[in-house]
Amino acid sequence: MSNIIELKNITYKYSTGTPFESVAVDDVTLEVEKGEFCGIIGHTGSGKSTLIQHINGLVKPTLGEVYVDGENIWSKDTDIRQVRFKAGLVFQYSEYQLFEETVYKDISYGPKNMGLKAEEIDRRVRFAAKSMGIDDSLLERSPFDLSGGQKRRVALAGVIAMEPEILILDEPAAGLDPIGRENVLGLISEYHKQNGTTILLVSHSMEDIVKYAQKVLVMNKGKIFCHAPTDEVFSRQDEIIKIGLDVPQITRVMMRLRAKGIDLGTDIYTVERAKQRILEYKENKNNA
Amino acid sequence: MLKDITIGQFFPGNSIIHRLDSRFKIILDIAYVVMLFVTSNFYGLALAGLFMILVYILSGVGLKLIFKSLRPILPLIAITCILNLFFIKGEGEPLVQWGFISIYYEGVSTSIFMAVRIMFLIIGMSLLTYTTSPIALTDAIERLLSPLKKLHFPVHELAMMMTIALRFIPTLIEETDKIMSAQKARGAELDTGGLIKKAKALVPVMIPLFVSAFKRANELALAMECRCYRGGEGRTRLKQLKSGARDYIALLIVAVMFVGLILLNNFIPSFMP
Repeated sequence: MSNIIELKNITYKYSTGTPFESVAVDDVTLEVEKGEFCGIIGHTGSGKSTLIQHINGLVKPTLGEVYVDGENIWSKDTDIRQVRFKAGLVFQYSEYQLFEETVYKDISYGPKNMGLKAEEIDRRVRFAAKSMGIDDSLLERSPFDLSGGQKRRVALAGVIAMEPEILILDEPAAGLDPIGRENVLGLISEYHKQNGTTILLVSHSMEDIVKYAQKVLVMNKGKIFCHAPTDEVFSRQDEIIKIGLDVPQITRVMMRLRAKGIDLGTDIYTVERAKQRILEYKENKNNA
Repeated sequence: MLKDITIGQFFPGNSIIHRLDSRFKIILDIAYVVMLFVTSNFYGLALAGLFMILVYILSGVGLKLIFKSLRPILPLIAITCILNLFFIKGEGEPLVQWGFISIYYEGVSTSIFMAVRIMFLIIGMSLLTYTTSPIALTDAIERLLSPLKKLHFPVHELAMMMTIALRFIPTLIEETDKIMSAQKARGAELDTGGLIKKAKALVPVMIPLFVSAFKRANELALAMECRCYRGGEGRTRLKQLKSGARDYIALLIVAVMFVGLILLNNFIPSFMP
């Protein structure tokens, strides 16, 4: 499979030339395959948000090159808006971007900016709304009358309606209640399965990432700590804990068990797998 | 881009100017402005300018800031200069006579005088905000205006409004940046096209900004009420404004300056018409 995103030695410095200069992203090289669902995790200030804004050209790297779909986005003949339609970015607390009178109009803002025909806009708005579980009856309501979870989904639909090849989500479930979180993340996962869109999901919650992502990118102090399939990343759980990040609760339970001499494997990060291993372990013991 | 706004910027420091009582600073600044308008010749202006540069050096904020504070008002200075240059008629022969345009010696000197006066005015006023924290400034305004309370003028409310407004400038700038990024990610073109197109493109930025500003205001009001805020009546302060010897010395220096200027006005005849 080909790489849809390639970052080559990206460095980004804030406030260059002043005493406040600081490096947000430090010589990062990254390749993301087409169709990948990649979770991005890291501390506040680890450079996650800055990194993802490089991909749709909202931030221009101080050093290094960005390729989206094989195209250098900062070369002279690239239209940066076309890059933004290709790599849709949903910010944290995205409901703050809502502004139109109706949900329908708000979702159509992106496709309208793309200069599409009215029928195509209509198709996309309805498709995006459906993907994000927004009922048709809500389309004519004002986005400001909706609940927090609904607003969030409308904002997501506003980006999905551009039908980007890459969907970048910065903490799409932040500030929602557990049911809202499940709901939003589940819809995103479903969208990924059906459309094969490349997805980058930034989250603070290891649980969410391991549940949905195939690969994990761990950021630490502006550098990539690792970018690998979920299994591989969690086999390095000791190192992850060392840089101050959390591992899923169930992984911690397994670590405790291992310390007591019951080793069920280092690749356990979901409750389902833990249950399966515990049952296997019991069976083996009974047979022995 | 929005981070370049420098209105009322404050540069923290610990110089003698920073440590002056903010009430005194406001009064002295007003006195300085009055001086600029009282003086009627270049000697007086020179004295005021010299004094101001001395105060800048004492404050330690750097002389570079003088130019920075002037930049936004350059057009105003230019207009003043041009108007004075062409419309003041003198008694003698015009220096330049070109069609209906004639420039007299008086026009040239008046326009220079006016330009220098405006520059000194802005530079002097800027030093007040450069060396006084917004909180100290509003505090001082509240105290200075407090006699108006007798006339039922809402002095405390006014000061509180100013404090809150100043406090939220950076927050709103940050928020604007965020919303602009979010709309740009949806393909908004914010910096291209003509004036009308630009204004239209700002709608998706302004509406969310207003919505969240109102929401913020509501939450702030609620939080203040939760902490039993009931206006200025009987309210005490964490930081009391204190005036000391140095404030009175500063007052004395400015008073001497004032007298000096008036003497200069009397002994050297004014050139102003």
